Parts: sequence; C-alpha cells; structure tokens
Amino acid sequence: MSKLKTIKEKTIEFLIHISGFLIILFVILIFLFLLKDSLSFFKEYPFFKFLIGKKWLPISDNPQFGLLPLLLGSLYVTFFALIICVPLGVASAMFIAEVAPSSLRGILKSLVEILASIPSVVLGFIGIVALGPWIKKIFHLSTGLCGFTGSLLLAFMALPTIISISEDAINSVPKSVKEAAFGLGATRWQTLWRIILPHASSGIIAAIMLGIGRVIGETMVVMMVTGNSPVMVHSIFEPLRTMTATIASEMGETVRGGLHYFALFSVGLILFIITFIINFLADLFLHKK
Amino acid sequence: MRFLLLFFVFLSACSSYKIKGPAGFIQIKGSDTLVNVVQYLAEEFMKKNPYIFVAVTGGGSGVGIASLINKTTDIADASRRMKKKEIEMAKKRGVNPYEIVVGYDGIAVIVNKNNPVDKLTIKQLHDIYTGKITNWKELGGEDLKIVALSREVSSGTHLYFKEHVVELGKKTKDEFASSVLMFSSNQAIVEEVTSNEQAIGYIGMGYLNERVKAVALARKENSPYVYPTTEEVLAKKYPLSRPLYMYTNGAPKGIIKKFIDFVLSKEGQMIFKRIGFVPRIIDKNVEAKNN
Repeated sequence: MSKLKTIKEKTIEFLIHISGFLIILFVILIFLFLLKDSLSFFKEYPFFKFLIGKKWLPISDNPQFGLLPLLLGSLYVTFFALIICVPLGVASAMFIAEVAPSSLRGILKSLVEILASIPSVVLGFIGIVALGPWIKKIFHLSTGLCGFTGSLLLAFMALPTIISISEDAINSVPKSVKEAAFGLGATRWQTLWRIILPHASSGIIAAIMLGIGRVIGETMVVMMVTGNSPVMVHSIFEPLRTMTATIASEMGETVRGGLHYFALFSVGLILFIITFIINFLADLFLHKK
Repeated sequence: MRFLLLFFVFLSACSSYKIKGPAGFIQIKGSDTLVNVVQYLAEEFMKKNPYIFVAVTGGGSGVGIASLINKTTDIADASRRMKKKEIEMAKKRGVNPYEIVVGYDGIAVIVNKNNPVDKLTIKQLHDIYTGKITNWKELGGEDLKIVALSREVSSGTHLYFKEHVVELGKKTKDEFASSVLMFSSNQAIVEEVTSNEQAIGYIGMGYLNERVKAVALARKENSPYVYPTTEEVLAKKYPLSRPLYMYTNGAPKGIIKKFIDFVLSKEGQMIFKRIGFVPRIIDKNVEAKNN
C-alpha cells in the first residue's frame, strides 16, 4: 500500500517537474525563433539604423525600418497609462483592503474581476464611438484618435492587475504591525500611509511592473484608438503608432521570408526583451523580503 | 443553366452521398475594398450551390496576395495589380498567379458633410497628404487643421493612392507625411470622417454613403472637376479609377472556376453595380480571361 503511494507520488512529482521545464523550454524556443528571424533582418538592414531610425516606411521602393517612432509611441502610451492607473489602482487596493466594510469588500473584489474580463476589442470600440469624440471635444483636438485616448483605455485595462496584486500585498502585512501602530496612538490614515504602505511596497511595485507588462503588450485597443501615425511623438494628444499595432496591422500582408516580415519580427524581439525585463524586475520585487 | 442542371443530375446519379451538386470549400482573402461585394457574391453563390462553402476575409490586397503566395488562400482579391517582385516571389514558391479583372472602382475622396470644401485638384490632394497643406483655410475652408486619414500599408488602395497622389504617378519620390492617420478598414475611415469636421480620407466608391461627402477631383487646375460616379469611372474621366482583380493559382478549375464564372456573369456583375462599384462592360465577354 505504502509502496503504491510512493510510486504515485513520484509520478505526480515527475509530471509537475516536466510541466515546469516545458514552460521554460517554450519561452526559450520563442526567444530563439524571434532571434533567428531578427538576425536574418539585421543581415540586410543595419541594426543601428533600425534602432535609431526615425522613419517607418515599410513598403516604399527604398524601405526604411526606423524603430524609434514606434518605440516612443509605445513608451508614451504606457507612461501616461501608468500615471493614470497607478494612483487609482493603489488607492482602490488600499480602500478595498483596509477601509471598506467587509460587505462592500466582496462586491468590489468581484467588480474588479469583471473589469479584467472585458475583451479589449470591446474597449477599443467604446474608444472609437464614445471616448474619442468626447476627448476631441474636451481638449479641442483635431482628432480624438490620439495617444491619450489609448492611455485612458489602457489604464482601465491595467487597473484589475494592479488592484488585486496590491491588495494581496497590503493584506499580507502582519496584523501585529498594524496593532502596534494603533497602540502608539497613530490614526488610521497615519497607519495606512506610514506603516502599511511602506511594508507592502515591494508587492505594490511588483503589481505596477506587471501592470506595465500588460499595457505595453496590449494590441487591439491601441490599434483601434491611437490613429497609428508613425510620427516622432511630441505630445500625448497627437496620434501615434505603437510597436504592437504595427506588428498586428502589417503582419498579414508580408510575404514569409521577405525583409518586411523579418523587420516585424525584430520589432517583436524588442517588445519581448522589454516585457521580459519588466516581468523579471516584477519578480525581483515580489520576492524581495 | 441547362449545363448546370445536367451537372446536378449527373452528380446525384453517380454519387452515393446525398450531396446534390458540386461540393467543396473556397477560401477568399484580400482587398478590404472588395470584401463586402465578394461577401455578397459568395452568399448568392452559396444559395445556388449549397454544398460549396465560400469563406471571405478582408485585411487588404497585400494580405490576399501574400496568402496566395503562402498558399493559404484559393482566391486573392486585390484592388491593385501584383507587383513584379510579388510575381517573382510567387513563381519561386511554385505559385502561378492568374489575373482576372472583376470590376472597376473609383477611389472617392471624402470629407465631413459640414466641410465647405467640395472640389480639389490632384496636386492639392498631394500637398495635403505630404504635409505641405495643413489648414483647410488654404483650400477655401474654415481655419481648422486638416486631419488626413489613410489606409494601412497592407491596403491596395493605399498603394494606388501612394502611386497616383503622393508620388504623382511616380514623378516624385515623396512619402506620406508621418502625421497621416492609418486605418485598417474603409469603414473606419467613413466613421472618423462622419464624426470629425477636420478629417479627409479616401475609400473605395462602394463605401460611399450619405453620411459623408465625396469631393470632386480634377487632374489639373484647369481640367474639369469630376465626381466619383459609375459613368465617370467607365468613361475614364474620374482621375482616381482602377480595375479590381481576383488572382488564382493557375487558371481557375473546378469549383473555383465555377465561382469566378459566377462573379463575371451578368448576375454577378449586377451585384457589383448594386454595391456601388463599376461592372466590367459585360456584353463583350463573360468568360474568365487573362489580360
């Protein structure tokens, strides 16, 4: 009986190990795949020209693949999305974890989960028909399809990630710490701001990092609402083009093995490296104790 | 028709299945300009041939042609001719593109209904899209910034517009100004022009409706301004008109030929007309013919 049990346990352990290694293998394979196609691009198009080129003209007679406008577009949208969603997300997490009465807490938590399940194409559609014209009117812009509309929607998409992970971090602050603060005569606000928040900071930073990863990799929304002009961005209220939208809208027309095809893979590689670094940092913060 | 009937009888007689008529699956990909009319054609075709399933997707002419070369579609719709480079690439992969002209189209330049500007020369259009004219004031409109809208690079309409307007028929090497907004469908351009008084865009004629205003175009300053209508496109008076194509791998055979024949039939061509495109002159030939 006990022998059977050990065999069973060993098998399960083995299967779990295999699953873990498979995931790592997949990531490595994807990376190698991207790297291989990018290298064939850099054979024909100098890497430096790609990295700091200011023009993205993929179908011209003399095609130019300058990453800079796309990279800037992605960074701009991500940065402004963060400015909007980080304070909002962390504050909601604080409210849900510490301030809200327990009856309200349950409802809020499930609402946040529902927020996470809205498909991005639906948000994009709302952006085109409602949010875009509205933003055009409020800010007196020439078009509502601009970076800011994208940032707002992306902030909306990153909120659930930031709220739920920050809330976990705040909840994991030991009760004794909180009680000690109250015991020393600190008010609720002082406790929350000076004791709990610093204690949960590594978890909150990790939440923000994962939020960044979510925002920078998002495709559908930015493709629908940011206008997709490959300009060198000067203002968030201008139309811009992100790396993800470029890959999505141009991949279909490229011929396998053509220069344009490989160029899009190189953009993908850069995106992969960025998200990899961000997730790596998030992990570092999450396990910092 | 009689042939068709005989064919049905023949098939039902010899097959042990209950399928009455030719059966199969046709994949069509490509031009977003053509996607609506081809969808319509496919539905009518499927009514007649209930065992042939026709799947139609858009994405742009480039997408269709790339799919034909990558062998992931049976028919590629295109609103432009295949480039030499693409044909070479196709032949290298054992694909032999066969060109069929299925209809004609004018590229309509549209503005918001409240925009007072209603005529432009090709040169003015060129200046708008290359960023030399940036305010409607310069064209006799209000003092507002121009928001120029374009299709994505995967679009055949984009390429046509680039060649004939941005490069003025390959006379200049100008590029689209980078501030031009890129849209992945004709419909999205119509939506933005409807809601934005400062916008200008270009679409296939078949997408024109009463919510936007088509602008009359002139080849040169002193030549007549022409609206995009069926008659003007047929008479080749409208400056931005072009043929619409379907490409197959080799001359069409079997059910693909059946579909192409339907597209070129009088009934099929009437569908082009109903959607707002210009049919081929149909009395001359109905058969698929390579030009």
